[in-house]
Amino acid sequence: MLIELRKESFNAYQEMQSYLDSLELAGKYGATASFVGTMRDFNEDKKVTFMTLEHYPGMTEKHLETIAKEAIEKWNLLDLIILHRIGKVKIGEDIVLVAAWSAHRKDAFESCRAIMEQLKSGAPFWKKEETSSGAKWVEKNTSGF
Amino acid sequence: MQVSVKYFASLRELMGEASSVVDIEENSSVSKLWQSIIESKHIEFDNVMMAVNMEYVKSEHQLKSGDEVAFFPPVTGG
Repeated sequence: MLIELRKESFNAYQEMQSYLDSLELAGKYGATASFVGTMRDFNEDKKVTFMTLEHYPGMTEKHLETIAKEAIEKWNLLDLIILHRIGKVKIGEDIVLVAAWSAHRKDAFESCRAIMEQLKSGAPFWKKEETSSGAKWVEKNTSGF
Repeated sequence: MQVSVKYFASLRELMGEASSVVDIEENSSVSKLWQSIIESKHIEFDNVMMAVNMEYVKSEHQLKSGDEVAFFPPVTGG
């Protein structure tokens, strides 16, 4: 299980491959599901130039670990990544990666979706966007369901 | 008793500080602490989220001396 907050930019697909290479899962997993969230240059009809991600050191990590451990039990996952940016994020950079490995697709698909929705609704992160009309805190996340 | 209080994001900016130590009566609830803070600061803030010792709590959660209490707006990660 990899839970990490990272200040530097990352390539989600390379992260997923290198983590998978470090595991000894060949032959055990039959399904990989992933979600990658990436920085747009617009939000609610406004041009966005960059954003800053604030978090609650200690609680954010703890909350993500709880989500991950519950998911591993509930869906019988073989392994899992939750990787999230903090600090300044530029246009086109990856913000979040959730990846889940399981024997069968149902567990990987369902857990990946559920983890992402739990992260969006409960993990203590806050986005402040720099827009064409000044800096603005994002007020809330909408449900993905 | 004393508790330490942290604020994040837009609430931190509104408060003008990231943290403070607050004196409050023994056995106060977290919502009582919140009310006393917003009254003393003369601010209004809707939809506040509350955590004690890095776990979400309900507003009636009873505080203990030395607790770390956090108030923040709805989360917007991901």
